[in-house]
Amino acid sequence: MTNLIAITRKEAKAYFSTPSAYIVGAMFLVLTGVFFVFDVSKPYAEAGVRGLSDWASFFIVFLAPLITMKLLAEEQKLGTLELLLTSPVREWEVVLGKYLASLLMLLAIQSVTFYYVFIVYFFGNPDTGPVISAYLGLVLHGAAALAIGMLGSSLSGNQIVSAVVATAILLIFSFINRVSSLVDGAAAEFINALSMNARLSDFSRGVIDLSHVVYFLSIVAIFLFLSIRSLETRRWR
Amino acid sequence: MIEAIDITKYYGDFPAVTGLSFSVEQGEILGFLGPNGAGKSTTMKILTGFIPPSSGTAKIAGYDIVEQSLLARRHIGYLPETVPLYEDMGVSDYLSFMGQIRGMSSSQLKKRVSEVVELCRLEEYSNTIIGKLSKGYRQRVGISQAILHEPDVLVLDEPTIGIDPIQVVETRQLIKSLGEEHTLIVSSHILPEVSMICDRVIIIHEGQIVAVDDPSNLGISLSGIERVEIEIKGPNREILPVLEEVDGIQSIERIPVTGGAYHRYHITVDTGRDLRHDLAKAVVANGWELFKLQSLGMSLEEIFLRLTIEEEELPSPPGEAS
Repeated sequence: MTNLIAITRKEAKAYFSTPSAYIVGAMFLVLTGVFFVFDVSKPYAEAGVRGLSDWASFFIVFLAPLITMKLLAEEQKLGTLELLLTSPVREWEVVLGKYLASLLMLLAIQSVTFYYVFIVYFFGNPDTGPVISAYLGLVLHGAAALAIGMLGSSLSGNQIVSAVVATAILLIFSFINRVSSLVDGAAAEFINALSMNARLSDFSRGVIDLSHVVYFLSIVAIFLFLSIRSLETRRWR
Repeated sequence: MIEAIDITKYYGDFPAVTGLSFSVEQGEILGFLGPNGAGKSTTMKILTGFIPPSSGTAKIAGYDIVEQSLLARRHIGYLPETVPLYEDMGVSDYLSFMGQIRGMSSSQLKKRVSEVVELCRLEEYSNTIIGKLSKGYRQRVGISQAILHEPDVLVLDEPTIGIDPIQVVETRQLIKSLGEEHTLIVSSHILPEVSMICDRVIIIHEGQIVAVDDPSNLGISLSGIERVEIEIKGPNREILPVLEEVDGIQSIERIPVTGGAYHRYHITVDTGRDLRHDLAKAVVANGWELFKLQSLGMSLEEIFLRLTIEEEELPSPPGEAS
């Protein structure tokens, strides 16, 4: 447990003291800001964060891998993984510790978007329920995206490769529902069940479906497990 | 303290080390000598639990490195050859982190970090970002993290590679002083370094142990061949044929001397034979003057060259049986 805290603290400190995470955060805020303005300035705009959260989760697909890409890839490239793994530390502590740090970073970035919410409340009278559910969806989706990013980072010593692999996996999970119309019956249902986007639109409409929550948490668990396994097998290569 | 039992490691089909067995007693400094690619780093990675052996095992402080990896790792301090460090951390931050993941409490850490920083003479740089340090100082940070948690066993892979000569001397002194409290394995491909630092040397070549001995004995136990230096006053043309006549001589090399009235030769003689007596007799019988007659020990460098370059020619390398 102390190992976990030590690793999380070190990585969080690295995030907040180096520019790369701020750049990712700034990109995120600029992009979501632009689409927020489009969304609220159209005629008969709805006082809510629905448009914002839809776009935010779309950008997360590209930005989450940029946050996680260095976590394990850099350790492999610099060789620091050798010192980390010859210390009395378990692989799961390394993976989970780093993951929690990236989650903190993402939450920090996402929490800056609260000022959009503030604007909406200042000028309008939105339903609070959908705002909360939309943010819950954002956080869950972000958590899942970071876990997939972790796996990408564990697979390669090259950060670019790590980010590209993670983005590819995330895109598949996001848009796989588009191909469900090509098949029918159980196969179509299965494909829809795998998709993140179908579930995310429920959250932004104000629906908190327990199965959606379980789905995202399962993605987190599965991909963190795969990352741990991937790290363990590095020893055997 | 360290016991390697028949360690073999394959990378794919390539055997990096085969059948390595040795042990290191508490407080001993063992030198691991071999050319690049001999399997030194692989052995170190196995001993520290970073990669598992294909077969065989090792025990660190009584704990099996495969079965009880976590316990074994608690007793190890390790400096990999490449000195991997987190470039964007400050020196003392980095040391604190390394101490934390080795289970040190914050009060222990406070005390030890400043001790280690002082010992490795990093005081001026304790808040510097590691990425900005020169190679020599990075090396010191690397050694600092290895000794920080006062491990029983220290594994240092090529600790003096790539640093300037003054720092090399300092680093060697530091390593030698560490041997008073720790059990050390130090790998190197520099012979004088190993003979300077180590109590015992293992020479490894192509993944196999070719010799084990202490640096001063290594010469004797390996001296299948002995060399003699002789200085004679007399006509060179006559001396050479006479010397060649002496039974048991393999080769004679004339060493140019400046300003001397004598000739100097280095004579290589057969295994285990002392021909000084015969050589002296031959000189005297011919009426020449004998200035010097001395047995030359083989330097570790020569042994190393013999072992690693001409290894195939030696019928059975001593030490292999152990």
